[in-house]
Amino acid sequence: MRELVYHDKVIRQFSLATILWGVVGMLVGVLLAAQLAWPALNFDISWLTFSRLRPLHTNAVIFAFGGCALFATSYYIVQRTCHVELFAPKLAAFTFWGWQAVIVLAAITLPLGFTQSKEYAELIWPIDILITVVWVAYGIVFFGTIVKRKMPHIYVANWFFAAYIITIAMLHIVNNLAIPVSLTESYPVFSGSVDAMAQWWYGHNAVGFFLTAAFLGMMYYFIPKQADRPVYSYRLSVVHFWALISIYMWAGPHHLHYTALPDWVQSLGMVFSLILLAPSWGGMINGMMTLSGAWHKLRDDPILKFMIVSLSFYGMSTFEGPMMSIKTVNALSHYTDWGIGHVHSGALGWVAFIVYGSMYAMIPKVFGKKEMYSTSLINLHFWVSTIGVVVYISSMWIAGVMQGLMWRAINEDGTLTYAFIESIKATYPYYVMRTGGGLLFLAGMLIMAYNVYKTVVGRADDLSSSADLKTTGGLA
Amino acid sequence: MKHETIEKNVGLMGVLIALVIAVAGMAEIVPLMYQAQTTEPSPGVVPYPAVELAGRDIYVKEGCYSCHSQMIRPFADESLRYGPPSLAGESVYDRPHQWGSKRTGPDLARVGGRYTDEWHLVHLINPRDLVPESNMPGFPWLQDSEVDGELITRKMKTLKWMGHPYTDDQIEQASDAVEGVTDMEALIAYLQFLGVANNGRSQQ
Repeated sequence: MRELVYHDKVIRQFSLATILWGVVGMLVGVLLAAQLAWPALNFDISWLTFSRLRPLHTNAVIFAFGGCALFATSYYIVQRTCHVELFAPKLAAFTFWGWQAVIVLAAITLPLGFTQSKEYAELIWPIDILITVVWVAYGIVFFGTIVKRKMPHIYVANWFFAAYIITIAMLHIVNNLAIPVSLTESYPVFSGSVDAMAQWWYGHNAVGFFLTAAFLGMMYYFIPKQADRPVYSYRLSVVHFWALISIYMWAGPHHLHYTALPDWVQSLGMVFSLILLAPSWGGMINGMMTLSGAWHKLRDDPILKFMIVSLSFYGMSTFEGPMMSIKTVNALSHYTDWGIGHVHSGALGWVAFIVYGSMYAMIPKVFGKKEMYSTSLINLHFWVSTIGVVVYISSMWIAGVMQGLMWRAINEDGTLTYAFIESIKATYPYYVMRTGGGLLFLAGMLIMAYNVYKTVVGRADDLSSSADLKTTGGLA
Repeated sequence: MKHETIEKNVGLMGVLIALVIAVAGMAEIVPLMYQAQTTEPSPGVVPYPAVELAGRDIYVKEGCYSCHSQMIRPFADESLRYGPPSLAGESVYDRPHQWGSKRTGPDLARVGGRYTDEWHLVHLINPRDLVPESNMPGFPWLQDSEVDGELITRKMKTLKWMGHPYTDDQIEQASDAVEGVTDMEALIAYLQFLGVANNGRSQQ
């Protein structure tokens, strides 16, 4: 029988791109944080201004850092769990270069002010078309690989990747429907409330599918592998998978509480957001309990620490989310920095941590190395990032609650207690603290970049499962 | 049906996923397209005139929505600070909507007429000249470029085709209306137009 040859070149490329875009995206994030604390850092230069760079930060960390990590891990996992090589490897190579083209175009157009203004869907229509083409190619490679699998069952990680690929395609196309008026400008087919609802149906499920379902797929492969234990409960994975993907889709309206969106939609959104707690925690429990009987491994394996702490943050932010979707809580939290804190407890604590853990586990394998260059640097990365996240989210929590309370404060005579600017003035210390937390997180990312560099350029141990490394030689 | 059946059939799994995820959009978005509350303009609300439309596109381009909402919620403090609650009928001509999600700065849904044009000009060049504690960036470059008359005509024609009730006169005169208007002036015109049709002040 012919030896199985996994196509890992595209995985190596996407892995290194993950590290690169992680550094870039977080660097922009730190600059934005600093600009809010010290507005002189906008320099009166249009393409360095906060409002133009903010979408660059969100797109870079979500779609460049997170996206490349998902391409890399899904290609890695689907081959190994299906026991076949990637379907249409040339098309897979196209997804790499196509996705990098999207990222570079985003990095050029957003600072120049070419935007649709829809959050996380800011990219202009020609880039949207390119995204669609790359995404369809991604779907063909992924589902093609599953179709030709040697295993009768489709492994649970692939269910999550399948749901994410299908759903992102639908969300992206519907939310970006627009009539172009020039190469860089267009008007969406929806207006006003309908546009707002379509946007947050998209926006919430970009979180639900891109940043949650897909990363759960990553979790369902790398945690059992790293812990060397089977997934805790098969039944739980079935139930929470279908519950998660069906309920997430309904939760979008909680981004529009008390707005002009009709009340019945807001109520639907709130109810489904509360229910969403159950399947979210189902995933967390299934991942955590996979460690039953192997808890001691957490003591000396920082990779596993990243993975388990990521699940803790996942559990925490998926508890916080439903709480914030309760209308009375939302009345206080919405529009404040609490929302920014919530997003980052998910994005840094959950998404980035599971990426770090998975990349540290996968990179040595696809580069033909026994292990990462330095385990103590992974440990250092873990602690620097953890402190960074905690500083970041706690400063934003305090700032957010304070803003919400100051805005609603009313004197006995019925006048407002504070002018708006007083809430900004009171927030400055927290903006400085947050910048510090962000800097720590960026420092952790740089430690990882160094560790990955030393691992990749080091001598090959020839222990790789990826046979094509021997024939093609590294990245060549 | 046992789950095993789905797990062994990728086509079936794909179809079921697609069905499950499609329902919510049908239930939550599609009805809004037919609900009068969300599709009929509120009294006095008209499509943006040429200069204001150009200003709106600059507001979008500069990313103002990153820090300013345009959605007043029905709370006492918001009515005191910003004016009466926003209605769905006030944003039927908003493509894309600019409701926003974060208030690093105050809501702007009814900012029209609150400050003078001169105030806005100074403020947009360097906010700290007027509000020392502000952390808003300056946008001085907006004075250096002018609105493109041909483009604004094309935009209004497109919007008319999409259902915005522009008159032929408005579209014909659009190019003249924006002649020599800087991006800064257009943005200020847009800000001054925000919420004036329905802000409770005109009825008093």
